[in-house]
This record gives sequence, structure tokens and C-alpha cells, in this order.
Amino acid sequence: MIPASFDYVAPTTVADALAALAEHGDDAKVLAGGQSLLPILRMRLNAPSVVVDLGRIPELQGVSEEGDAIVIGAMTPYAAVLASELVSTHAGLLSKAVATVADPQIRHRGTVGGALVHADPAGDVGAPVLALGAELVIAGAGGQTRTVAADDFFEDLFTTAVGEGELLTQIRIPKHTGWGSHYEKFVRVSHQWSIVAVAAAVRVDGGSIAEARVGLTNMGATPLRARAVEEALVGRAATDEAVRAAVAQVAEGTNPPSDLNGGAEYRRHLATVLTRRAVLAAAGA
Amino acid sequence: MTITEDNPTAESSQAEVGRARRRKEDQRLITGRTRWTDNVTLPGMLHIAMVRSPFAHARVTAINTNEAKAARNVVAVLTGADLKDVQGANANAWPISADQVTPTHLPMVVDHVACAGEIVACVVARSAAEARDAAELVDVDYEELPAVLDMKEALKDEVLAHPDLGTNKSAFWQLDSKEGGTGDDVDAAIEAARTDGVVIEREYRQQRLIPAFMEPRSVVVDPTGEQITMWSATQIPHILRFLLAATTGVSESKIRVIAPDVGGGFGGKLQTTPEEFIAFAAARQLGKPVKYTETRSESLLSGHHGRDQWQKLTLSATKDGTVTGLKVELLADLGAYVALVGGGVPVLGAWMFNSIYKFPAYRFNVQTILTNKTWVDAYRGAGRPEATFGIERMMDELAAELGLDPLELREKNWIKHEEFPFTTVAGMTYDSGNYEAATARARELFDYEGLRAEQQRRRASNDPVQLGIGVSTFTEMCGLAPSRVLGSLSYGAGGWEHANIRMLPTGKVEVVTGTSPHGQGHETAWSQIVADRLGVPFEDVEVLHGDTQISHKGLDTYGSRSLVVGGEALVLAADKVIEKAKVVAAHLLEASADDLEFTGGRFGVKGTDQGLGIAEIALASFAAHNLPDGVEPGLDSDATYDPVSFSFPHGTHLCAMEVDTETGATKMRSYVCVDDIGVVVNPLIAEGQVHGGLVQGIAQALWEGAEYDENGTLVTGSFVDYTLPTAADTISFVTDRTESPSTTNTLGTKGVGEAGTIASTPAVVNAIVDALRPMGVHDVPMPCTPERVWRAIQSGGSTRQVESSGDAQPHFDPAAPNQDTPETEGGAQ
Ligand SMILES: Cc1cc2nc3c(=O)[nH]c(=O)nc-3n(C[C@H](O)[C@H](O)[C@H](O)COP(=O)(O)OP(=O)(O)OC[C@H]3O[C@@H](n4cnc5c(N)ncnc54)[C@H](O)[C@@H]3O)c2cc1C
Repeated sequence: MIPASFDYVAPTTVADALAALAEHGDDAKVLAGGQSLLPILRMRLNAPSVVVDLGRIPELQGVSEEGDAIVIGAMTPYAAVLASELVSTHAGLLSKAVATVADPQIRHRGTVGGALVHADPAGDVGAPVLALGAELVIAGAGGQTRTVAADDFFEDLFTTAVGEGELLTQIRIPKHTGWGSHYEKFVRVSHQWSIVAVAAAVRVDGGSIAEARVGLTNMGATPLRARAVEEALVGRAATDEAVRAAVAQVAEGTNPPSDLNGGAEYRRHLATVLTRRAVLAAAGA
Repeated sequence: MTITEDNPTAESSQAEVGRARRRKEDQRLITGRTRWTDNVTLPGMLHIAMVRSPFAHARVTAINTNEAKAARNVVAVLTGADLKDVQGANANAWPISADQVTPTHLPMVVDHVACAGEIVACVVARSAAEARDAAELVDVDYEELPAVLDMKEALKDEVLAHPDLGTNKSAFWQLDSKEGGTGDDVDAAIEAARTDGVVIEREYRQQRLIPAFMEPRSVVVDPTGEQITMWSATQIPHILRFLLAATTGVSESKIRVIAPDVGGGFGGKLQTTPEEFIAFAAARQLGKPVKYTETRSESLLSGHHGRDQWQKLTLSATKDGTVTGLKVELLADLGAYVALVGGGVPVLGAWMFNSIYKFPAYRFNVQTILTNKTWVDAYRGAGRPEATFGIERMMDELAAELGLDPLELREKNWIKHEEFPFTTVAGMTYDSGNYEAATARARELFDYEGLRAEQQRRRASNDPVQLGIGVSTFTEMCGLAPSRVLGSLSYGAGGWEHANIRMLPTGKVEVVTGTSPHGQGHETAWSQIVADRLGVPFEDVEVLHGDTQISHKGLDTYGSRSLVVGGEALVLAADKVIEKAKVVAAHLLEASADDLEFTGGRFGVKGTDQGLGIAEIALASFAAHNLPDGVEPGLDSDATYDPVSFSFPHGTHLCAMEVDTETGATKMRSYVCVDDIGVVVNPLIAEGQVHGGLVQGIAQALWEGAEYDENGTLVTGSFVDYTLPTAADTISFVTDRTESPSTTNTLGTKGVGEAGTIASTPAVVNAIVDALRPMGVHDVPMPCTPERVWRAIQSGGSTRQVESSGDAQPHFDPAAPNQDTPETEGGAQ
């Protein structure tokens, strides 16, 4: 599979990358880890005339700490996120979700930012980012940046708040230190995308759930946050019975896809089972 | 090294057969010192890109190639109109009935497209990238025709896959034990059982599979020498050469076919492909070497598919579980064309549905059907996995109906070890076997009783995770032969195999085999056999294959035939070398040939310490200074072996599956198999064949399935949706062997290449069904996806199939804003 030919530029600063995008308009395409973009190009589903590689921009790399937030550069590969103690300590849910992405090769290439902008509803980073109430920093043509709440970031299938000529630069996740977390991913073969997955983080206090965050993967065109379930969980004991009752309605109002891996009805059923399991595992029950 | 007087003892040199040697070819293969067809690069070589139909059924009304021809570095754009008189045809070598309906299969269509992915034009350019770019510019006008995709629909002949043929029915074939004089009337047996016995009737679906070999197919053709040379990633260089000659009119002597390193086939490269014929025609037309290598998407779409049957089965038995009859009615989807073996694949199951059992009455019917899908042909096991699945599922159903243990039921019906040789109700004579021994060993390794007890506990406690135990006691037939039997079935070739042994003057040995390995390890196993036979060191044996100029005669590798047929040819050739050498040895030793004995590579004069090593004799025979009168120089020998019968490996496979009843997810808990494959030349290689085979069979049960949408577009067109398992999805298998040497060949071998695949599929499905039987489930269609398992549980066992839509997961949605609208037209992917 050979992509149509394209020019390639590799700027070393965000400003230069934005300039390159401004120059080429919609003929240009941003390349992060290439794990989604390259198959698209090779299958000739898209044929940009210029590819702007973000791989040589140091300011987009790495994990740091800023007050109450963990800051992840958009170009940080999954593997680096997995290795980061800051992430596992303060945003453990993201570590757990990232660990389930594809295989080690892809985790060394693919980036958290690339995955978020690609916004595949079956992708595994959307739900935890949403559940943890992250903020996404977007840089625009004039060099100005804006910050978008995760709730407003995912707009539709493969569509986010990142507009043409813009770049996602950072993911800022409020610290959830001391929370238990679990990512329950359901697949048929190990290297598969989620058929359905549930991201859950809970703060347990004295045997009952004090706070809960629940995100759903592949239950609609975008990752979803199950707020009603989060509220229903508060104050419940971390037991099978209590959690089962609280999560029973989790699939209500969702619009999951029907494909070879399962029909919508089955996915709704799965979401209910997986949410219970995710919450219980997160609570250490 | 040459054999010296103080050569190691006979025992140690004979010990090669049976040694778990590491494969001598692996060091080279896994360090990249390989010669795949795609690695072949010739001076001035051009590259081909194919333009394929996106429609399942269409008429090509116009092709505009102007823009493509004008593209940079494009040398030619060829259409069916350009090639129609020179391209040859993709033949069917096994018409299963005299009146079989066989659509002409042209490599490049001229005006009628019968399945998606058919080639309508090709671009030849100086680079592969330029060829691909220009292929996008070929403008094809299609008039879409209604497509027939479902084989039961196709039977009605309302929509035709090939309108000019007037029917979708290709051929009907029957084996009937009463008519053939091998058993009783099956209808009478079933009628009798309806009154005072049990009758089990079931319908099973063998889904369509994709062979998915690791190396995509590739072909290079060099027309610049005296012979036209074709390199191809094929299992069958000899058959390919023959069919190129037979259908293009080029003299066979002007064609050389080379199968260099070939990365897997599983039957998927047991084909002569449109791509090979188009490359051959293009190279001849242009007078330049050309290369075509398919993409994985092309491979999944256009390499032949496997299986795809409906099986309607009726089993009758007495109330104590003695089977009285089996009736098999098959529908087999051949896809758009009758491929090389084509309808012969389901027919190969005819002798296997009765499996290891002593059924008194049997009938096998198959109707082959044409549809507008990719053509179907051999895939690992070819006919036998389907048969084994059918009968092993049925035996479990019968056991459940009668409340018997499935192993006990089998034992009641199987051939006892003292009854061999045994002629079955299908007319095959099984030479040897010991089902009791293999089953006893498997039970023990599996802890059958322990797992049954756990199953009871989980049932009693209503555990959300239930445990099921699946049984598969199988036999199969290897080594398609003998030639006269194949002739009687109208099969287009014989079943013999050829070998040649060349004794080089330095004492080294070259072995030329007509088999054509593509991952099996023949180089190692053949060396072991010859080293033993000739008493030369393993390292001194070189195995040559896969080039029709070196191995001029052969029938290639498929059907677990290489060792059982090709291995015997080796033995015969080696024996001839020894015979020739003996004459020379007697002469040089001034002894009577009768006084010589050959052990450990040395001819010794009985009762003396005099003798000569075979290497010394090879040198003397090469020099030819001192040979007996009338003896030709050289010890080289040829042999062609035509087996007297098939060989019949067997085994008992036991599988435990955990089923999560909340989600329908299944998890393999343990898998034990005890195979009897006769004498084993190399246990490590045999083990590897079993492991790989198991995974492929388990994959049919759990993961794989080629799915088309209602337009005839292959939905599982990439590995995102065709869920091929990896090592991460499987467990460690427990394997062991019993050994009943074959009595129909001298090595005592039986063939192992397909055993694992044939046996494992029903073991897994039986286990899943066994787990869910208390919930009223008696079937889950394959692949047993979690959703299907869950639905089976929900519907309390009714086999009503509520299917999810046949859509692919939309990871690469072309309409997504991150991606522009696709520019592809004409199915270029
Ligand atoms: C075999 C396979 C299996 C996979 N399995 C999984 C899985 O199980 N779970 C899962 O979540 N994912 C999976 N993926 C996808 C993987 O996570 C991808 O890496 C991810 O979707 C995209 O990240 P990337 O860095 O590779 O981005 P790219 O492919 O480089 O880019 C993706 C898109 O985002 C745009 N983009 C990238 N970065 C930016 C930026 N900073 N600003 C603006 N636009 C940007 C690009 O232009 C492109 O449109 C799999 C991929 C493969 C190939």
C-alpha cells in the first residue's frame, strides 16, 4: 500500500508548525505518531499535498506537574505516559487505559494528542480524559492559545474542537491523587480496539464511594461521561449489590454503533456489566 | 567431512529420524537472509499495479486509460481486451461431475466482473509507486448487475452469478454406502430410528475463512532469457508451470517456475492466480521483467477464500447410543469461479464424515454453488475440518440427547485397535490406529474427571462463569493418492512424488525434492531421513526444491502429503544410491556383493575389518578410473513414489472453555491433544505443526470469518475487521503422541500438517455448547463471538440468529472531517 506522494516538513517549534499549516491550508495534514494517519494515507482515503510532522518539536513532549494539574504534551507517546509516575500517581485512570492500547510497537509511536484529535469513538484515551475532567490546550494560527474543557472537546465522530490550522498542544488533567481507578476494556482479540470500554475512577471513604467518575468508550459518536451514574454511586457501599443498582441505567440514552463486533443492543448490555466491574475494581472491591 | 573407518556406530547415525533437531533453515529465515519473491530485483524491471472492480457483479462498459498512460513513467496500461488472446486461463483441475458447470475464469476480465476485486486492467510503470498512482487514473465504467451472495438464495437461480450460464448450480456429487456396496441404506436406518431409536438433525454453518498467510503473494517474470522465468510465492511451482503452458500455448520447456522462500500458504497458495497469469502476459508483451506484489488488502480480497458450507446432518442411533446411520447434505459456496481444486474440497470430506466410527449406513451429498464472491478453494485441512466439525458436533449432540458421556459414546462407536486394517462405510481402508490409547492419554493429561467435577460445582453454584468440556476424536487422510484412485475421481493430476539424490565427489549429498516447502521445515526433515539412510552426517545433506529447472518433476506441497509421499520417494532414491554403490564397493574391495553389509554409511566385508565409506565410493565413481565393466559413472539416483493408499493420522483433543455468561466472552482454560501421526521424523517440527494447526482451527471456532455486506463488498477487508488471533490470544497447549506406525509406507509416517486444524474447531465449539447446555443452548454459530454466545444464552438456546450488522469498525471513516473525501475509484486499495 503506497500513499499518494506528498511533501514533508518537520518544523521544530509550535510557531513554525502553525505557520506551515497556515501556508498550506487544507492541503496540509498534521502527523503525530502516524498510527492512524499513515493507514489512512496508505489506503488512499486521504491525499494531503503536505505532511507537517510534529515529531521534532520538543515543547510538545513530556509530562510535567503544574500545581493541581498534570500536564501532558500532545506529542507524548503512550509509552512515555505509561512510564510516568506523575500520571500513575495522579491520573491513574489514564495509565490504565493507555496500557490497553494496541500493542507495544504502536504504544511507542502513537501519541496521546494524536489519539485525542483523531477522536475515534473506539479509542481508549477519550473516556479517561473526559472522566477526569481534563482541559485541552489548543494553539491557533496567530499563536494564541485557548483552553477547552474535555466536555466540549469531542464534537462528533472523528471531530473535535481542534479546527483547521490549529494544533492540540497540551492535555491538562486535574490531579486525582488517592483515587482508585480501572479501565475495563472488552475485546475479542488482544490487539483490538474497544468494542466497549468503561473508565472508572472512585474515591472511597470509609468503605463507601465518596466521589466517582465514569467515562464510556465506543457507546456513541464520541466518548461519553456517565454523570447520572457518577451521582448515583455517591454514598453507596462499594459492594456488588450496591454498585449493580447504581449503574443499571448507564446505557440509557447512548447510541452505540452496530458492527461486526456487536449490535447496539449488545453494546448497551455490555456497558452495564462492564461499568459495574470497572467501578468495583476501581474501588478495590 | 567424509565417512572414515572409525565412523560413529550405526546406532548413532541411524538416530537422526526421531531427533528434535532445530530447523536448519530458521537461522537464515529469522535473520532476514531470505529470498522472498518480492526481494527479487532484476535489471530494468517494471512494476505492475492492478485496477480491481469495486462491484461484485458488473459489466465493464468502457475503460479509459488515456490519463493513466500519460502519467509519469508509465510504460503500459493493459486491459482485458489487450490480453484476451494471450493471457491463458485459471483452470479447474478437478471437475467433480461430468456435467459440472464451470465458468471460464480469465485472469483479467474482458467484460464481465463476477466478484469484487476482479482485475479489469493493470498499469505497468517504472516504479511500484508510479504504477499505483496511475492505477488511480484508469477510468472504468461499470454497469452494475444484481449480485447473488447467499448460497441458499443462489440455489433458486433467480439472480445468476454468471447470467450466460443459466444456473448457479455447479455440480452435484454423491457417495452412498448402499449403492457403493460399502454399507446399508441410510434412509432405512433413519426411518427405523424414528420409531425405536433417536434421530439427531442439525444444520451447521462453516463460515468463509481467509487463509491470511504471512507473506502476501508476489510474482516476478523475466522474459529476457531463452526460457521465461517466473518467481512466485506459490505452493505449487510444478503445477503452475504446467498450467501456464497448457493455457497460454507457451511451450512448457520454455517456462521455468521458481518458488523461492515462500512465507506460508495454508492452501492459500495452492492456486494459479490471475495475478501470475497477468504478470506472465505483461512480461511477454513488453519484453521486460515485471513484478507484482499484492497489498494485504488485495490479499484478503482476492486470494482465494476457504470453507463456506452449509451442512445438514442427520444421525440415527439406537437408544443405547450405537449409531446406525449418517446422512450428510452439503451446500458448498465456490464463489465466482470453480478454482483449481474448487468443488473437490468439499468432496474430500466425503470419506471423513464417518471419521473413526463404525457406522453401518452412510450417504454424502454435496451441491456446489456459484455466487458473486471471491472464489473458494483449499484452506488447511480442505474438506476434512468441515467433516470433522460436523460429525464431532453431532456425536456430542447425540451424547447429550442420550445423557451419555461424550467419550463413552464415541468409544461405543469407534473402531477398536485390534480391528485394523478396517474398511469404512465410505470405502476407505484405515491401516492402523489406536483410538483407545490416544483417548486414555488425553483424559489423563486433561484431568477429565477433575474438570467435570468443577463443571458440576459451577453449575450448582450458578457461577456467572460456566465451564464446558469439548471433545474431538478425529481422523483424517493425508497424501492425496494413489494416482489411479485420483484418476477415477477425474482429479487432474497424479498423487506421486519424485526425489533425486546426487552424490557429489566431495562426499556431500544434494537431495532434490518435488515437494515445495513454504515454512514446514522440509530441508531439515529431509536431511534427517537421508542422513540416516545413507549414513552421512546431517550437515552434509543439502535439500534443493522449488525450481522447476532443478527439481524438474514434482507435485508440490499441500494436503499433508510431503512427508508421507515425498519422504518415501527419498527413501527409494537413497536405496538406489546404495544399490549402485554396492556394486562399486564390491569391485573395489574385491569382494562379492553378497559379502558386503551396509551400516553407518560404510560397506564392510562381513567377518573382516575391510570396508569403504559411501563418500569414498562416490569419489571413486566420479573419477570412474576403476569401475566394473558396464557400470555407469556416478551414484546419482531418481525415484518416483506412488503411494498405495492415503495415510490416516488420528487423535483425541480435549478442550475446556470458560464462558462468562454475563458478557458471552469465552476463555480457553486448557487444551490437551494426543495425536497419532505414526513415526515422527522430527518431534520439534511435528509439534510446531500441531501448535500452528490448533491455533488456526481454534480461530475458526472463535475469531475468524469473512463477511460481505449486501452489495457484495468484503467487510472484513483488513486485519482491523478480520480478527486474526496472535500468540497473545492463545494459551499453552498440552500435546502428546501415541504412535501407530503407518503400514502403507516404509517410514511409518502419517502426515501432521493439517491435524491440529482439523481436530480443534469442534473441540472448542463443543466446549462452549457444553458449558451452556443447562441453559438450553445446543449450538452457537461460528465464529462464536461473545455477542453470539450471549444471544444464545438470552434466547434460551433457540438458534434464532440475531445478527449484528455486517459493518466494519469505522476507524478510517473517509467522510470524517480529519480526512478528505476519498479519491479512490475503481477499487484501488
Ligand atoms: C493496529 C492498530 C491498533 C490500534 N489499536 C488501538 C487501540 O486499541 N486503542 C486505541 O485507543 N487506539 C488504537 N490505535 C490507534 C492509535 O492509538 C493511534 O496512535 C491514535 O489513534 C492516533 O495517534 P497518533 O499519534 O498515531 O496520530 P496520527 O495518526 O499521527 O494522527 C491522527 C490524526 O490526528 C491529527 N493530529 C495528530 N496530532 C495532532 C495535534 N497535536 N494537533 C492537531 N491535529 C493532530 C492528524 O492530523 C491525524 O488526522 C491503533 C492503531 C493501530 C495501527
